[in-house]
Amino acid sequence: MAKIVVDVMLKPEILDPQGSAVSAALPRLGFTFAKSVRQGKRFEIEIEGEPTAAQLAEVEVAAEKLLANPVIETFVVRVEK
Amino acid sequence: MTLDTVTVAQSSPDQSQPFAELGLKPDEYARIKEILGRRPTSSELAMYSVMWSEHCSYKSSKVHLKQFGDKAVKTDALLVGIGENAGVVDVGQGYAVTFKIESHNHPSFIEPYQGAATGVGGIVRDILTMGARPIAVMDPLRFGPADAPDTRRVLPGIVAGVGGYGNCLGLANIGGEVVFDETYIGNPLVNALCVGVMKHSDIKLAKAAGAGNLVVLYGAKTGGDGIGGVSVLASETFDTTGSAKRPAVQVGDPFVEKVLIECSLEIFAEDLVIGIQDLGGAGLSCATSELASGGSGGMKVELDRVPLRDASLSPEEILMSESQERMCAIVEPSKIKRFLEICDKWDVTVTVIGEVTDGDRLEITWHGDLIVDVPPRTVAHDGPVYNRPLAKPEYVDRVNAEVINVPRPTTSDEIKATVLKLAAAPNLADKSWVTSQYDRYVQGNTIQSQPDDSGMVRIDEKTHLGVAIATDANANWSYLNPYEGAKLALAEAARNIATAGAKPLAVTNCLNFGSPEDPGVMWQFAESVRGLADGCLEMGLPVTGGNVSFYNQTGSVAILPTPVIGVLGVIDDVRTRTPMSFEEAGLDLYLLGETADDLAGSEWAYLHGQRGGQSPIADLQREMRLIDLLVAGRVNKVFTAAHDLSQGGLSASLTEMVLRHNVGADVTVENIGTALMSETPGRVIVAIDPSQTKTLGDLATKHQIVLTKLGTTGGDSLVINGANIPLTELRTAWTETFPKLFG
Repeated sequence: MAKIVVDVMLKPEILDPQGSAVSAALPRLGFTFAKSVRQGKRFEIEIEGEPTAAQLAEVEVAAEKLLANPVIETFVVRVEK
Repeated sequence: MTLDTVTVAQSSPDQSQPFAELGLKPDEYARIKEILGRRPTSSELAMYSVMWSEHCSYKSSKVHLKQFGDKAVKTDALLVGIGENAGVVDVGQGYAVTFKIESHNHPSFIEPYQGAATGVGGIVRDILTMGARPIAVMDPLRFGPADAPDTRRVLPGIVAGVGGYGNCLGLANIGGEVVFDETYIGNPLVNALCVGVMKHSDIKLAKAAGAGNLVVLYGAKTGGDGIGGVSVLASETFDTTGSAKRPAVQVGDPFVEKVLIECSLEIFAEDLVIGIQDLGGAGLSCATSELASGGSGGMKVELDRVPLRDASLSPEEILMSESQERMCAIVEPSKIKRFLEICDKWDVTVTVIGEVTDGDRLEITWHGDLIVDVPPRTVAHDGPVYNRPLAKPEYVDRVNAEVINVPRPTTSDEIKATVLKLAAAPNLADKSWVTSQYDRYVQGNTIQSQPDDSGMVRIDEKTHLGVAIATDANANWSYLNPYEGAKLALAEAARNIATAGAKPLAVTNCLNFGSPEDPGVMWQFAESVRGLADGCLEMGLPVTGGNVSFYNQTGSVAILPTPVIGVLGVIDDVRTRTPMSFEEAGLDLYLLGETADDLAGSEWAYLHGQRGGQSPIADLQREMRLIDLLVAGRVNKVFTAAHDLSQGGLSASLTEMVLRHNVGADVTVENIGTALMSETPGRVIVAIDPSQTKTLGDLATKHQIVLTKLGTTGGDSLVINGANIPLTELRTAWTETFPKLFG
C-alpha cells in the first residue's frame, strides 16, 4: 500500500489570512523565529500497491479539478513511502 | 530592470511602451503624451491605464449618465450627490443614510468565493469612506440556467463568499435577488449594496486640501493582488484576452476589514481626517489621484514607504495593486499623533506616505527618484469620453411583434398545476437555501429581510426610525423595451418598500450590460439610462450614485440588459410597518390596481420558452398614487398585510403570502387564464380586517386606485376559483427546488 500526498498552497502573491494570523500569534507566545508563515493543506490518498505513472497523472487531474483551486492555489503531487 | 523615471522618459522619447496590452487605445496613448509633453513613465502609464479603463473612467457611459444630473430632482433630502464615493440622504431626526450598489461580476466568474467576498468588502468600504457605520448589505445575484453545470460551480461559491465576508463583518444581509437566465451563463452578475448610517455632521468627503497635510495609508499591506484587475478584467472579455492575461484575483480578509471599520469610525469620531478614500479598483493610483484632484491638486507621495506583503513588487505593481482592506486619509500634522495612536490600538498598519503640496502636480517618488509627475485631474477625471455609436438592434421590432401563445389554465386541475409549476420555478421558488447562509439578524435591528418585499432596519432604538431598501430589475422587460424596463424596475423597487409603509426617498443603480462597443448594447444602455432618469424625475426621487458594468458578454451574446435599481425609503416607526403576510383567518383580501394581459416578459412565458411581445408601459403617476395609498394605509393602520405583485403575478404572490405563516386563503378572480400569471405592474394584494372595508374603499377612491375583492384568509389550502391546493403540497413544490439543484 502506498500513500500519494498532495500539498496545496496559496500562490505566493495571494493574501493568506490564516498564515498571517499564525504569524502574528507566534511572537505573542514568545516564538520569535518566524519571518513569515503561510498555511496550506495536505491530502493523503491511500492506494493499493505501488502507484503507476497513469495513476499519478490521474491524481494530478483530480488535484486540478477538486483538491486545489488553480485560480489561487498551487499543488504538488508526490508519493510517500 | 532599470527604473523608468521622469528623467529617463524625457531622454528616451521613442522607447516603445506596452500601452495596448494595458488596454489603452493608440489615440488614448497619444493623448497621455500630449498631456505630459513627453512619453509617460511606466508608472504613469500604469496609472493612466487603470484610471482610464472603462471600469474607473466611465468613458462609454459618462455622456449618458449626465442625465442623472441634468434631470435631477431638487430635494433637500440629498446631502451629498453623485460623484462622491456614495450619496448621502437625510432621513430625519439628525440622521443621514448613505447607500450604494456596485458590481463585482467578472471577478466572481473567475473565482466565485473570493470575487463575491471582495465585492461585499469593496462596497462596505465605500460606505465607510463617507463617514458612516455600515449596517446592512443586500446582494442581487444573477446566474445562468439553474441546472447548468457552470451555475452549480459559481452559485454555491458566490453565495458562500457573500455570506462568508458579510457574516464575519457582522452586517445583516437584508435582501437581494436570485435570478436565472441563459444569458448570464459565463457572466454571472454579483451586485452588492451596502447601507450605512451617520449623523449629518459626520459626513466625510474625498479631498486633499491644505498644503502640508499628510497622506496616510492604513489597513492591510500591499501585495500582488489583482494587479491590472481593473483594466484587464473589466475592460475586455475573456475570449479575446485568453487565460495568460488573467491576473491574480484578490483575496479578502473580513477580520482585517472589521478592525478597519472600527478603527476608522474612532478616527472619524475624533475628527482627525480632512479627506478620506478607500482603495478599491485601481488601488493607490485611484486613491492618490482622486484625493489630490479633490483638493488643489498638489501631492507628493514616497511610494517606497508603502508597506508591502511581497517585497519584490515593482513601483508599477504597487500603484496598480488591488489588495483589499486599505484606506488612504489626509491628516493635519497636528492630528497625526492621535491618528497613529488609534491605529496602534486597533493593531492596524499605518504609514505616512506623503503630503499635500500647494502645487498642482501629483508627484510620486521611488527611493528619491521621480517616477510620476502628472496633473491629477487628468488621471482621475479628464479621462477619455466616448460618444459611442448606438443603434436600435434588429431584434427589438421582431420580438415586439411576437404574440405570446402560452397555456391558459381554466379548469381546477389546470389552475392547480399552474400554481405549482410557478411555485417551483427556480426564479420564483423559495430562496432560503441562499439566504439562510447569510446572517440576516446580526446587530438586532433587522425588521424585514428575505422573503419580505424589502429589507428594513431600525436605525434609532429609541424612536424606532428605520430605513427600507429594495433592489429590482426586470431584464425580460428591459430586453423588450429598455426605456420602459428601467422605469418599471424603478417603480417596482419603490413599490416594494411602500408595501411595508415606507416612503421612497432616493435611488441608486447598478447598470449591467454587454459590450459598449456593440451599438445595439449601447442603445439598450442609453435607453435604460434615459428611462431611469425620466422615471426618477417624474417620481421626485434623486439618483444618489451608481455603478456601470459593461462587457458582460460571451462572444457576441450579451446578457439581457439588466439595470438593477435600488430604492431607499424611510419609515418613522418600524413597529408600525405593514407586514407582507397575514397570520389569521377571517381577513379580507383585496387587489389594488388593475390586471391586464401582460404575459410578455413574464415568468410564465419564460417557462414556455417565449421571450417576445411588448413590455408594459410604466404609469408612474399611478404608481405614485399607489405608494401614497400604501403609506397612508400604514399610518392609519388599515392593513394587516400588503404584498407586491411582480414576477409570477397573482399566483406567486398568493403562494408567498399563504406559505409565510401557513394560513390559507380562498380567492376568486375573473378571467383566470390571464389573471393568474399576468405581471401587470402597479398591483398589490392587501389583507384587511373586515372592519376596515369602508376606510380602504375611501383610500382607494381618494388615490384613484382600482380596488377588487379577491376573497378571504383561512384554512390549510390555497383555493383559487375552486381549485384546492393544500399548503403542504404547495410548500413542497416551493421549497424543494433549491435543495434539489444545489444540495
